[in-house]
Amino acid sequence: MAFPGAGLRSGWTLAALLPIAFLGVFFAWPVAAIVGLGFAEGGVWRALTEPGTWGLVGFTLGQAAGATALALLAGLPVAFLLARCRVRGAGVVRAAVMVPFVLPTVVVGLAFRALWPDGGVLPIVLANAFFNVAVVARTVGGLWARVDRRAEDAARALGASRTRAFTSVVLPALAPAIGSAASVVFLFCATSFGVVLVLGGARYRTLETEIYLRTVELFDLSGAAALSLLQFAAVVAVLLLGGAARRKRERALPLRVEPTRRPVGGEWAAVVAAWLVVGALLVPVVGLVVRSLATADGWSLAGYRALAGTGERGTLAVSGWQAALNSVRVATDATLVALVVGVLSAVVLVGLRRRGSWLGEVLDTALMLPLGVSAVTVGFGYLVTMDALPGDFRTSPLLVPLAQALVVTPLVVRIVLPVLRAVDERLRQAAASLGASPWRVWREVDLPLAARSLVAAAGFGFVVALGEFGATSFLARPDAPTLPVVIARLMGRPGELNSQLAYAACALLMVVTTVAVLLIERLRVPAGGEF
Amino acid sequence: MSLGLNGISVRYGAVEAVSEVDLAVGGGEVVALLGPSGCGKSTLLRAVAGLLTPAAGSVTWDGEDLAGTPPHRRGFGLVFQDGQLFPHRDVAGNVAFGLRMRGVPQDERAERVARLLELVGLAGYQRRRVTELSGGEQQRVALARALAPRPRLLLLDEPLSALDRALREALADDLARLLREARATALVVTHDHDEAFTLADRVAVMRSGRVRQVGPPARVWRAPVDVETARFLGCGVVLDPEPARRLVGVAHRVGLRATALRVDPDGPFEAEVLTRAHRRDHVRSLVRVAGFEGEFEAVAPVSAPPEPGDRVRLAVDADGVAVIGGG
Repeated sequence: MAFPGAGLRSGWTLAALLPIAFLGVFFAWPVAAIVGLGFAEGGVWRALTEPGTWGLVGFTLGQAAGATALALLAGLPVAFLLARCRVRGAGVVRAAVMVPFVLPTVVVGLAFRALWPDGGVLPIVLANAFFNVAVVARTVGGLWARVDRRAEDAARALGASRTRAFTSVVLPALAPAIGSAASVVFLFCATSFGVVLVLGGARYRTLETEIYLRTVELFDLSGAAALSLLQFAAVVAVLLLGGAARRKRERALPLRVEPTRRPVGGEWAAVVAAWLVVGALLVPVVGLVVRSLATADGWSLAGYRALAGTGERGTLAVSGWQAALNSVRVATDATLVALVVGVLSAVVLVGLRRRGSWLGEVLDTALMLPLGVSAVTVGFGYLVTMDALPGDFRTSPLLVPLAQALVVTPLVVRIVLPVLRAVDERLRQAAASLGASPWRVWREVDLPLAARSLVAAAGFGFVVALGEFGATSFLARPDAPTLPVVIARLMGRPGELNSQLAYAACALLMVVTTVAVLLIERLRVPAGGEF
Repeated sequence: MSLGLNGISVRYGAVEAVSEVDLAVGGGEVVALLGPSGCGKSTLLRAVAGLLTPAAGSVTWDGEDLAGTPPHRRGFGLVFQDGQLFPHRDVAGNVAFGLRMRGVPQDERAERVARLLELVGLAGYQRRRVTELSGGEQQRVALARALAPRPRLLLLDEPLSALDRALREALADDLARLLREARATALVVTHDHDEAFTLADRVAVMRSGRVRQVGPPARVWRAPVDVETARFLGCGVVLDPEPARRLVGVAHRVGLRATALRVDPDGPFEAEVLTRAHRRDHVRSLVRVAGFEGEFEAVAPVSAPPEPGDRVRLAVDADGVAVIGGG
């Protein structure tokens, strides 16, 4: 279908150009540079033939598979409760599940270390699952709320037991969402960095932490690049699978949301399971707070008081509060960049979809890539490429916000896009027929209708940027670290006060994150973040 | 003050949804595009609005080609089947939208909004939320919103189809009155002939992307151009000239609506009743008429419905007879 107005079309092209340029310069280029580096010195072949590499790959995929299975198992009852049940405290469940997802990885790593001081495989798997229960609950719950109850009722009327109706009718209907959630969770777990670094140390390494260790400690750039390449290939494969599942789901999604009702009979078992999951999610959170207050000499606020200083024997270049302030500044910049790029991308995607352009699908998948490609790879790529940009970009204070924005942008797109897509095209046409220019239509129709989702996207984006560790740990200048970087540094140093300070900083981040999530939950954005 | 469609064709991929349509709408005239769903009438309307570009042909206003004019500069008001009111604005905010786009000052806006709400029978509704309105009220607001900026042409896409029957009939009368009072030039898309005949000065019957017949409602009703148009306009039975001469006294191909044959003890024809179905204000039967082939429809009063198997006498009612291609 063709649309009139050549001027309009050039406007669209311009709008599409900015996200593409941003992705090109700050994502594709650094990643391509890493790929090039991996091939250049024969590092790829060396890495592929090393037996240790395949052990790494095995452990990376194995722990990711375990965590994904666990997250699915824990997320399904929560999804059921959120989608189908009218019970007290559903709002609490919704928020309680969301908090872990946006908690900084370092914080979660430390929270599990408070419970398992020696680390190990189990806490790594548990911690990765802990993060991603929200992804399963939200993605599957979103579809579950729209699955017509009558199909289930029909199966029951035809003689199927409740269990049989679930396995033969409901589960197949949920399959696309489960597949899409599983692929995203698998991706997150396979590229998880902070958690594995904190809990695995040098003993349990994934591709992601190995890339970091080789770069930072062994200066084996070509080996690191080779591993990045390997990881990138795996990510693209998983993303393509997940993308196919997601598109299937978007096509099938009916608008009607089934009303919730009080659970009956065996459904209570699922409700109880959901509450148990929420309880389990709270354990590390509470454990962390307790640990931040407990010292060898009993309860104390020493860790919190130490935020004003630079740690035991001057471990840090700046005080805890300065790092916190720096974090807020960087996260604000990152959020602004991500909002501009993300919203523009969403607008372009809606426009492209409207015309049935294949370009929309390509851009949609491209925008998801940064979510899956390891932040460490990107950070590493910045180190390799950014000095080629004018103005000595490698030491620019904008570098960290830009890297964080790259991580936040896909999130903004996923939150805003479904809302914009739900705006009836005829509403825009009505506005146009009343004399509104395309820009005016966007301002008068799209913007007000998407306002809540924009605020939610900004809020989520801010907390994610606040906790971003993978790329930031590469790029933050020593004199301007963010709070997660400070926490990681403190954990690597001996001293009671250092670890006490780290736990206090974690608790601080957790409080900020939780408050932000609770505020966003109050906005009740329909999609509430879909992946 | 007139709209011209000259050889308009619209394609969706390989499918031609509208083919070579010529149509003119004069100033103050209301024309209905009437046809079954999927005949291309809504597509044609969207081409007029500028929401899609025709593959061939031109849309003109007073002879001037509108190809380069985007929808928001055409000055054509648009009303959809289901209102499409702006959910984040109240009733006044919706009605005033087009006035704001034209930079009409605030007090003048308020005055015009009040006038229009009065016109559509919703005086005092300014501050109401549009989400709290009934379907009929929403449609009235949508109409007021479209009329507020005094569009040169009003485009109505199935404006009453989403409403239930009683409301639809009442609102059709209101709409007809409103269009006359506002002296609006309008193009109405509908699949309902009652609606088309209530609203329109002229009716354009569409089928498979083409306009098959254009004319005043009474003409189209009495003299459909071909058999398919006759069937679309409610003629269940089509008779060839010879039996038509014997049954209704016209030596021409005719279409018979159900009301063409009426159960009447003094009627000239004898028939056997096959089935019976109750309608709102009459009883409808399938009958076999002695001396004629095939089955016919006939009506009977609700008070004396015939039973299947009964033998009855039938009279012809000229109002139910349409002469096909005899216009």
